[in-house]
Amino acid sequence: MGHSYRYTLGSQTYQFANLAELMAKATPHRSGDRLAGVIAHSAKERAVAQMTLADLPLKTFLNEALIPYEQDEVTRLILDDHDSKAFSHISHLTVGDFRNWLLSDYVTPEILATVKMGITPEMAAAVSKIMRNQDLILVAKKCHVTSAFRNTIGLPGHLSTRLQPNHPTDDVNGIAASMLDGLLYGNGDAVIGINPATDNVAQAIKLMTLMDEVIQKYQIPTQSCVLTHVTNTIECIEAGAPVDLVFQSIGGTEATNSSFGFNLNTLAEAQQAALSLNRGSVGQNVMYFETGQGSSLSANAHHGLDQQTCEARAYAVARKFKPLLVNTVVGFIGPEYLFDGKEITRAGLEDHFCGKLLGLPMGCDVCYTNHAEADQNDMDNLLTLLGVAGCSFVMGIPGSDDIMLNYQTTSFHDALYVRRVLGSRPSPEFEQWLMHMNIMQNTILSTDLPSAFAKPLRALQGGC
Amino acid sequence: MKPPSDQQTVYTSTNPKKLQNGAVIANPWRDLRQFTDARIGLGRAGISLPTAELLAFQLSHAQARDAVNLPLEVSALTAQLNAIPLLANATPVLVVASQAHDRVTYLQRPDLGRKLADASRHSLVKHLNQGEAPTPRFDLAIVVVDGLSSLAVQSHAKPFINALLTRLNQQQKPLTLAPITVVEQGRVAIGDDIGEIFNAQIVIVLIGERPGLSSPDSLGLYMTWSPKTGLTDAYRNCISNIRPAGLSFNEAAKKAEYLINEARKRQLTGVDLKDRTQDDVIENQQQTTNFLIAEL
Repeated sequence: MGHSYRYTLGSQTYQFANLAELMAKATPHRSGDRLAGVIAHSAKERAVAQMTLADLPLKTFLNEALIPYEQDEVTRLILDDHDSKAFSHISHLTVGDFRNWLLSDYVTPEILATVKMGITPEMAAAVSKIMRNQDLILVAKKCHVTSAFRNTIGLPGHLSTRLQPNHPTDDVNGIAASMLDGLLYGNGDAVIGINPATDNVAQAIKLMTLMDEVIQKYQIPTQSCVLTHVTNTIECIEAGAPVDLVFQSIGGTEATNSSFGFNLNTLAEAQQAALSLNRGSVGQNVMYFETGQGSSLSANAHHGLDQQTCEARAYAVARKFKPLLVNTVVGFIGPEYLFDGKEITRAGLEDHFCGKLLGLPMGCDVCYTNHAEADQNDMDNLLTLLGVAGCSFVMGIPGSDDIMLNYQTTSFHDALYVRRVLGSRPSPEFEQWLMHMNIMQNTILSTDLPSAFAKPLRALQGGC
Repeated sequence: MKPPSDQQTVYTSTNPKKLQNGAVIANPWRDLRQFTDARIGLGRAGISLPTAELLAFQLSHAQARDAVNLPLEVSALTAQLNAIPLLANATPVLVVASQAHDRVTYLQRPDLGRKLADASRHSLVKHLNQGEAPTPRFDLAIVVVDGLSSLAVQSHAKPFINALLTRLNQQQKPLTLAPITVVEQGRVAIGDDIGEIFNAQIVIVLIGERPGLSSPDSLGLYMTWSPKTGLTDAYRNCISNIRPAGLSFNEAAKKAEYLINEARKRQLTGVDLKDRTQDDVIENQQQTTNFLIAEL
């Protein structure tokens, strides 16, 4: 499979057995690559691998598949859907040139949009490996990606949030309480999305109905999603349930996706089923995908690739189905893949950059588990950096504490913080609703309880 | 949570002074915590967390971090376990270790946490060979593993084992029990290794679960029929969230007894063995209307 790569530095010659090894060794340090045994053996070997990678023509990635075409439908998707006309703008570049080109003043949001279908995930991953954090931020900010269902996500200067009202027993009032908290803090424009505690079709329908009724009653310009398996959602649609978005966790290799219990045909079927409901009002992006570095290794389906390259390949799967939202759940997987705040931060910026470069409405679950070397300060840093980079959406959860999934993500307050310091705003349709409901006036939250919500609260307490 | 004394005022009045004097703005819907443990209605200082809530969060996180990082006090735990009345005549608890030699390695190398250290393997084998040959076959081996929360194991292993053994002791034909082992720096699968060495029909692993912010002390139970090295999660059954504020020791022991009996009947564990002890309860909990859409 492919040939080896050499680099001579002074009197020493470094050799990399193939493209996969070169990519892996050029990757900034992270624990998952060490666990996989693909990491550079020394800091110097990593630096040399980056120099070797920088000299590589982008065309190489079209001729040398990291996972053989015959073995993997994601490889086939990447190569069969490659747009050679779009690629012609950058076909003469090396990976190192590509970095310069992306950073240049010549390259505008319009040019990036023209070229995106000519960029493969491997090209995006390769260039990201030789970019510093500020490069990842600067270029991502130039990639303008919008998507729409009942509102518009990803406009420049806007930051949306997924309201995540999880409850350990799916208690309907417990979920409604977290939904109300989020809405009154101006959150929930990307989606109101529940990870069900009990994962089956009947439960999913119950939760979809709950969210749909609230969205209808209060006329909220947003969409709902139950994060259940794609085949469950197809069954929900067949049963007549009010499905806005279809969810699925996806990975960058066919074997990863098999371990998740689906293939590309399953996603196509689900997308068609959701489109047939015609529930979007301003757009028809009906898919919600989640990804995260380390999932392929975790499923023993990484084919010897580094985890960031696997992650970027997942974005090829995502963009095939025109999603409303793609969410890299960066710190959820644990310290054996991303050890500490520094590795989580780097991975979050890489994923956001690669996703945006490939044309995806990229958001990030800025998060950590309690066994990772990370804390709220690390999350503040990554959240701020992603805000600067123009991240499409982040999570919003009461007080950062997910009491069902047992991890910490960004809070409703955090979203308001990042909007405040960066002057960014919710999705325009949703912002109109916030003002109409008297939840917020000109970016300032009301001190009063909005009347529409005061009524049910008074009723709960026995008054009317 | 006490409701505010003057609800009507709180819910409808405007109080511009609140903004002027820089006080925390409270959220009247905090009462909704009757429905959830989620951190709702925190109030705000500007758009930020009030000091008290910030510090409460830090305390929760500190407890969870300590649960992960503080080592299990092995001698205290073995003394507790040896003092269980039903184990009065049993072999004292054996202590072993995984191949992950410290916490940092443990956190980054789950593969090493699944394997017994060579010295530990030898000591277990040596222990078994002390007695008369051939190696006895045990019905059940209980393996206590620190996992990701030493706090869970330190606090809950003894009372849970006590509850389980009390139940099992009431069965018509009591099970033969392998010596209890305590494992340092272990993952779930290390129980398969130990169960295999003991030639046990069933192994139960009690392990500290990944600590949540509000649940730093969750004990997990994993059960495997005919344990041997290399089995995957598909061959195990799990009982999660065993702790006083979650699944009580008695309820967990009841579930475990059910699974043990079913496993022995059907000679298997894993995806084909379902816990049906809760089926009737779940069917009866199908409330569908929430307060936000209730007709007024």
